[in-house]
Amino acid sequence: MSDSPTSVASAAPCARFRVVHETLYTYQSIVALSQQYLHMTPRSFPYQRTEAHSILIEPAEEETVDGTDYFGNGTRQFAIILPHKSLRVHAESTVVLLPRLGLERIGLKATPPWEQLRTLMQQDKSAATLEACRYLYASPHVSCSPALEQYARISYTAGRPHLDAALELCHRIFEDFEFDDEATDISTPLEEVLLGRRGVCQDFAHLMIGCLRSLGLPARYLSGYILTHPPVGQPRMIGADASHAWVSVYCPDQGWVDFDPTNRCLVQCEHITLGWGRDFSDVTPMRGIVLGGGEQELEVRVTVTPLPLDA
Amino acid sequence: MLSKLLAQYVAAPDCYDEMLAASGQPRPHWRAMLESLATEAPDLMRQRQDAVQRQVRENGVTYNVYTDAKGVQRPWDLNALPLILPQDEWSGIKEAVIQRATLMNQILGDVYGEQRMLEEGLLPPALIHGHAGYLRPAQGMKHSDGVALHFYACDLARAADGRWWVLSDRTQAPSGAGYALENRSIIARIFPDLMRDLKVQPIRGFFRTMRESLADWGRQCTGGVPLREGEEPLMVLLTPGPYNETYYEQAFLARTLGLPLVEGGDLTVRHGLVWMKTLSGLQRVHVIMRRVDDDYCDPLELHAESALGVVGLTEAARRGNVLIANSLGSGLLESGALLGFLPGLCRRLLGEPLKMPSVATWWCGEPAALEEVVAQLEQLVIKPSFPQLRQLPVFGQDLKGEARAAFIAQLRANPSNYVAQEQVQLSQAPVWRPGPPGGLSARAIGLRVYACATPNGYVLMPGGLTRAATGLDARVIAMQQGGGSKDTWVQASAGRAAPRPLQRVTRSQDLVRDDTHLSSRMAENLFWFGRHSERCDNIARLLRVALNILFDVRPGYRGAEWPTIEHLCTWFHLLDPKLKQGQSQSQSQGQEQEQELATHLGPALSDEEIEAALLLAVVSPKVPGLARQVQKLFSTANHLGERMSVDNWRALNRLVQRMAGAEDQPSQSEAMTLLDDATAALMTMSGFALDGMTRDMGWRFLSLGRRLERLQFQSLVLQHALGMPANGSLDWLLELSDSIITYRARYRAQPEWLPVLDLLVLDESNPRSIMFQMEGILKGLGKIAALYGPCGAEQLAPLNDELLALAQGTDLYWRNARLIDLLYRVNVASAALSERIGLKFFTYTDNVLHRTGKV
Repeated sequence: MSDSPTSVASAAPCARFRVVHETLYTYQSIVALSQQYLHMTPRSFPYQRTEAHSILIEPAEEETVDGTDYFGNGTRQFAIILPHKSLRVHAESTVVLLPRLGLERIGLKATPPWEQLRTLMQQDKSAATLEACRYLYASPHVSCSPALEQYARISYTAGRPHLDAALELCHRIFEDFEFDDEATDISTPLEEVLLGRRGVCQDFAHLMIGCLRSLGLPARYLSGYILTHPPVGQPRMIGADASHAWVSVYCPDQGWVDFDPTNRCLVQCEHITLGWGRDFSDVTPMRGIVLGGGEQELEVRVTVTPLPLDA
Repeated sequence: MLSKLLAQYVAAPDCYDEMLAASGQPRPHWRAMLESLATEAPDLMRQRQDAVQRQVRENGVTYNVYTDAKGVQRPWDLNALPLILPQDEWSGIKEAVIQRATLMNQILGDVYGEQRMLEEGLLPPALIHGHAGYLRPAQGMKHSDGVALHFYACDLARAADGRWWVLSDRTQAPSGAGYALENRSIIARIFPDLMRDLKVQPIRGFFRTMRESLADWGRQCTGGVPLREGEEPLMVLLTPGPYNETYYEQAFLARTLGLPLVEGGDLTVRHGLVWMKTLSGLQRVHVIMRRVDDDYCDPLELHAESALGVVGLTEAARRGNVLIANSLGSGLLESGALLGFLPGLCRRLLGEPLKMPSVATWWCGEPAALEEVVAQLEQLVIKPSFPQLRQLPVFGQDLKGEARAAFIAQLRANPSNYVAQEQVQLSQAPVWRPGPPGGLSARAIGLRVYACATPNGYVLMPGGLTRAATGLDARVIAMQQGGGSKDTWVQASAGRAAPRPLQRVTRSQDLVRDDTHLSSRMAENLFWFGRHSERCDNIARLLRVALNILFDVRPGYRGAEWPTIEHLCTWFHLLDPKLKQGQSQSQSQGQEQEQELATHLGPALSDEEIEAALLLAVVSPKVPGLARQVQKLFSTANHLGERMSVDNWRALNRLVQRMAGAEDQPSQSEAMTLLDDATAALMTMSGFALDGMTRDMGWRFLSLGRRLERLQFQSLVLQHALGMPANGSLDWLLELSDSIITYRARYRAQPEWLPVLDLLVLDESNPRSIMFQMEGILKGLGKIAALYGPCGAEQLAPLNDELLALAQGTDLYWRNARLIDLLYRVNVASAALSERIGLKFFTYTDNVLHRTGKV
């Protein structure tokens, strides 16, 4: 599909990472039954290949079912029937990234005017367009509104090339909004984020998606990790990284192009993709139901380690 | 006479009248009804309507209204006059609705399958991908015989030219079919002859067909474990619970179809199979008929906030291990936005034109449609495109000035969220106006009809749910906003008797003798129903005994027994001990009771205080007492759903209404009559339990609850009585224990301790005796233990031996400390046993679901 411009297929890898994603739930009282649904398996697609992947669960799980969701992401369901007071999910993956087109080669200014894509989305019935329609409308965490459209319109002026405007929108979100992990949680509505101008990567991704969809342009939510750079001269801290989220923007000729409004950049060789959907709710790394347990504590540790390319 | 009847009936000139032709003459199919009304005694119809209302009240037919501040339950509103439809007209409706159900099923198959209708431009992508009801995890699911829509309903209205139109479709979990059946069973009683003369088609067979079709498909959902020879698939009705608006109907439907009524917590998914938690362990479930909305069915893959669903149900359905009717995601089609696309879809998918038009509808998501809507807003009703948006319809003609401008701005901001419909002209039909003087009134009506899938295609229920506008706003017909309902009579073709539904022949291997599908939750509810009904009875008797003495005997002449009775009232919180000066509320038990009793004899409450408190305890649910206890009983009964027989409901409802109708400050005689009535009603109900219920496991738990409660009460009362002063009379004790008649018949003398104790402790033929209850409980526990293993009999057995060892000559005397101690231990053991049973069978100790999800 449009994810696979033929040019990358034969390209040499540009990065290799090991990602350890550890989730630990501690419960106040005994959990009699736990049923969980994971989106923790890195997706393979033209810019990313999975070399190794395993998920270890303690206590030992039963009834494991691997599947593929509506959006093509790998999922795992499992149940723990033994009474337990803590649950550890240790997901470990080795992935290889392949180079994407950089800013200079993508030809942002040569992309068609955004209005053209909006019309295409309304009229064209080709498989690629219908596929993109999945990401065109409001979803549980992404509303569409005149306020969002208004914010987007500052970049999306009449006739402006779509991706050129998208990059500026991405930059503006970075500049107008402050990273603040106290200001919001996953249930904070987009309107509030827009007014408060604070949030975390999920909020910024949802915000940019909401802006684009309010214009009638498709955009999807990417869930994954990002390589962080320790301060010069200091070692990489284990577990200091976190899950990350960014945005993919559709352009018929280029396919899906990823922007990271939290880091003001085009996605290149430092983002590891777990999967994508309309918003966070489609690709929540771990969701589930436990019977019993009382109060629960959650600890998440993510470590992204660069590996040599030719191991 | 007929002209007099019709003289009051005003037919509106601009709409179709179901009863009168344009000439003003009755239509032929209404003549028999009208003639009967015109010739019979004028009072008869009033009696009929009264009978209908009484039935509705007594059957407890209710409809829960979310916005009703006065409480959630509203009695069902049913008018005595049915809507009558002749066969030829019905056959047109039948063909059209069957076609529509078939079409809807095919659309579901396409949307959740190849989506070719999107590619071909027959369905706009926004209607699917932008629809909050599009259930992505259901994409690609397979269904037996390609049936995703097992049960379908649509709302019809008739335009002025007599043609029927479809207003909306119900594709997820259509409600109201149960009410239609209930309406029929009530109306059939008041017009039996007319129904026969008019050859009204029965509707019960429809439900049988539905059940059998589901069972047929359920047999295919084996999940790799084929049914044994003669084994029937287990089918359940999944309810959101008693707070849902149509819970009554769901329980009724479950009873009619013979399906256990379950809540999400009664089911569990293990290894991709669905199981029901029953007393005998987990039972495999093959078919779930659901009344829970699509996205609430599974908190794991669907709506994470849902506490109503079953964790993992989506995966079980995906693997084809359970049939969910209707299939997950079928709510998608309940969108007014779809209506405009149906003619094209019908031609494409069925190769024929749509037989019955939908009311003209514009989906504002199409730019051209939006402009048309704005231009003629006055003539239109604007509704949300997707039911998930939960907005009430807005009538364009009601919008003026700024409100109009604001609304148009709202439309333009999110056009795809709105559909606009032409305001439908509803037909009108007669309702019986209660009067006085009673008579015919015209009301706008709508008709909901039902179809179910069978392996040979769809069949239509020959009838339906007719709903009438309240008369205030003839534009809105919605039960949620308080409309009335009518039975719907469809005539069989002339010359043919109404067809009798085919009976399926039961073979010997189909015979079922025990109730293997009793859920733990239901067993618990039955157990508590037993306890609460006995507790009601105990409290009513105690109040009656106390009030009797209070009213009949002047203070100076009261016997030495009065303080004991007063104390028992305090014990059961009927008298507030805080009323007593200088005494704190004591909860002590057992041997301390005797001392405690002494302190109670201290400063007494005045007669006026006691009288006021006891009268309040009879009627007020705000304090502990009979009224509150009856409420508890009623609320437990509500959870019994399909397990309560209609007669039992009727008795209980009568009691509840009797209590609710009582004065806030009753007179002595009113209170006594109320207590007499309550005891009689409770007696009736226990008669049903004794005589009307099968001795299955459910009955055993009910009976166990009842007996344990009585054992606890009697052992307590006897302990206290034995501590009375020597000169206390024993009449009250026999009265309270409902044994006075037996005693008088046997002894014809003033009660004395030895014969009274013999009757109340040891006589195994007296259902009020300790011995009788003890043996009954041990026997019941034995039956339960035979199936499920030991469950606490060892706690009572030694006490039973001690009872058996008591000698009439040497042990049955006043203030025998050994006897008092034994009664004390019986009392404690019965409480412990109740707890033990709860732990073993009900296990709801830590039943709180917690959600994880934010990582």
